[in-house]
This record gives sequence, C-alpha cells and structure tokens, in this order.
Amino acid sequence: MVDEELKNEMSKQGIVTTTLQELYNWGRRSSLWPLNFGLACCAIEMIATTMARYDMARFGAEVFRPSPRQADLMIVAGTVTKKMAPQVVRLYNQMPEPKYVIAMGACAISGGPFKQGYNVLKGIDRYFPVDIYIPGCPPRPEALLDAFMSLQKMIDAQQLTGPNRPRHLNADAKSEFIVPKFGEHDLEPAQNSTVWKAPLVQISGTETDKSAK
Amino acid sequence: MNLENIKSEIEANVPGCQLEFVLNPSPSAQHSLRLDHAHAVAVATYLRDAADLRFDFCSNVTGIDWPAKELTEKVKVKKLVDGEEKEVEEVRKTTIPGTLEVVYHLFSVEKKHGPITLRMSTKDRETEVHMPSLTPVWRSAEFQEREIFDLFGVVFDGHPDLRRLLMWPDFIDHPMRRDYVAPDDFEYEPTAHDAVLQRANQHQSEAIAKLASEAEGK
Ligand code: SF4
Repeated sequence: MVDEELKNEMSKQGIVTTTLQELYNWGRRSSLWPLNFGLACCAIEMIATTMARYDMARFGAEVFRPSPRQADLMIVAGTVTKKMAPQVVRLYNQMPEPKYVIAMGACAISGGPFKQGYNVLKGIDRYFPVDIYIPGCPPRPEALLDAFMSLQKMIDAQQLTGPNRPRHLNADAKSEFIVPKFGEHDLEPAQNSTVWKAPLVQISGTETDKSAK
Repeated sequence: MNLENIKSEIEANVPGCQLEFVLNPSPSAQHSLRLDHAHAVAVATYLRDAADLRFDFCSNVTGIDWPAKELTEKVKVKKLVDGEEKEVEEVRKTTIPGTLEVVYHLFSVEKKHGPITLRMSTKDRETEVHMPSLTPVWRSAEFQEREIFDLFGVVFDGHPDLRRLLMWPDFIDHPMRRDYVAPDDFEYEPTAHDAVLQRANQHQSEAIAKLASEAEGK
C-alpha cells in the first residue's frame, strides 16, 4: 500500500498511483444501477430524486434498469404487502452479485403506518439483508441521496480479499434467499430466520404504569 | 329527495318488494332502505332507470360485520310464591344473531341529487352469507363487491368475477371481520402500546428465556 501522504504528493507532481482494490471499488460505486420499480408513495419521491432538481445522475445511478439481471441496487421504495413480498424476494434473487439494498421509508423498514395491517409485511429485512435504511414517511430526496453516498462509502471500504471480503467475492456465501409461499393465514415462512433476528428490546413503562393504577 | 317518497314510489312500481325504512336518529338523518334479496336487483334497476330518480352512479359499497350480541333485560313477571301472587324481577337473555351487512351509496349525476343509502343483510355470518350482486346494475360496484367478498366473506350471487381482491387466493380468513385473529408476528414492536405492547413483551420475554436456557445448556 502506498502511504496516503506520499500519494497526495505524487499526484501533485503528475504521478497517479492506485491499487487494484481502489480502482475496482471506484468503478463499482460510480455506476450503481437501481432496479426500476416502486411499491407505494415513497416511489414518487424516488422518481423526484432522479429528476433534474436532485439529479441522481451525479452518482452514476440514473440508469434505472427494467430487468433485475442488469441492476446492482434494489431500492425498496414503499409498502411491501404480503401479497407482493414473494415477488420482491424473487426479483432480489434474480439480481446478479454484487447487489445492494436500500430500504426506503418507514414501510420498507418496518411496515410503517400500516404495521399492524392484515396484509403488510413488517419490514423487507425479514427476507433478505438490507444495507442502508432511510427513515421517513416519505424520506426527502436529500435523504435518498444521503443513502447513496453512505452506500458509496460502504463500497469504497470493501476489501477484495480476507475474511471480511464482500459476499460476491466469497464463493461460499449464498446470494439467494427463500421466497415465501402464500399460506392459509400468513406467508410461510413468516420470516427468514437466517437473515432476520428480532432485536431484544423490552419496552416497559406504559404497562407498569397501567398496573399501578 | 325524500326517502319515504322514494320508498313508496318503488313499492308502487316493483310489485312484491319488501323495503324496510331504517331510521338514522342522529342529526345527519341519513336514513336508508333495507332491500330483500329476492327483489334487490329489480329495485336497483328501477332506481337507476326511473325517469325522475335516475340513480346512475354507485359511488361506494362497503361492508359491516355485526357479531352476535347478547342482550340482558330485567322484566317484571307475576308468579305464584307460597300460594300468593307476587311480582318478581327476572333477568331475561336474548341473543341477536350476527349478520354481515352491505351498504350501497347512490348518486344521480344526471339529476344532480343523492346520496341515498341501500342496505342488505345476510342471514348469518357463518353459512348463509349469500346476497344478490348489484354489479349487473352498477358496474362500479364490481371491485368493491370483490373487496367485501375478500375482507368480510359475503358471497355475491350474480357477480361476474368474484375472486379475492387484496389477499391471495389461498388465504382463508376474512380480515375485516371482528373475530379475525391476525398472525402472531409481534416479535419486534419498538413503539408499541396497549394490546400490541403486551404481545410484543410476551414475545420478548420468551426470547430472553430461550437465550438464558441456551446459555445454561452450555
Ligand atoms: S413510508 Fe410513508 S411515504 Fe413511504 S410508502 Fe410508506 S406510507 Fe408511503
């Protein structure tokens, strides 16, 4: 590895140094092609982000692909209904590695305002891994751009070798996940337990308050 | 536009129909007509086609679930107690059977009047859940009747394409019924309250107990 200061000094003299890893990550982070689909109101904000005022083309991400085979990034923009979830997982499975996921908005993160609804999935991360979460209902275009920049930083920091190398460079890591089936009462399975584990948060307070009364 | 006038007009023109005037005692006074199954389509067609009514637009169809209700009332009864006739208070229980009700809201675009409200009820909530479809009269009722079939389980006879609308075909419950039990997926509820909070905490304490037992096993 070239020392960072030395590198800067050399570039001032017209000598450009780089590493394969830097070049590789730069190439990938500068052409993130999202999959062209939206699920609810958040998608409108995503569309606004691609337009001239917010200009997502600055990030090399203006090429929304209509086919999962050509996409690198899935922006889950909107409410994932249980009826839609198998299709979303299937699209994710069809995307070639390397692939990344942004969960945009409260709905994609957790079900949002419809969390206890009979047909709403409580977060797409129950079925496949999500890289960046953007809260909001809907998140503003600036928030989506911020998510892009965070994702680019994440990609920039990825190492090509070693135990922490990303999934697409690890032949043993799987890139396909269970597509849930329509059951009689719910999706089966209701979550992919290899991907999602319920966080342990005991919420007290209101309940004890009530029993005190 | 007086509903009672409309009612007597329908009765004069659709022979044999049984209409029930359902009074709404609230200030909005939106009274409604309950139709009988046998004449529902004939009454609807009359409402749509009669020259002075012309209810050509069905703007809304929705369902209501009325579960069976138990009423208790105290009644004074005369009884023979020790050879004497006395007034005794007795508690009487009556059950009102549950039904599924469907409500239609009609407007007339041509005559610029409305709305009027029509109701229909099924016999019960379990087996006799049929009622005639009004989609052949108002096409706009098609998806809304499918939605009611999906969410309440009312079967509309005469509907051209009665399939579930929001849920998948293999789903067997009716989510908008009051006795619907949602799947128990309350593992993670960061801002829960009331009933949801209880279920979330139960899930959490089960998970913690499981962790603890696993740690002991090691
Ligand atoms: S998070 Fe809000 S804006 Fe986004 S899809 Fe859900 S309801 Fe719509």
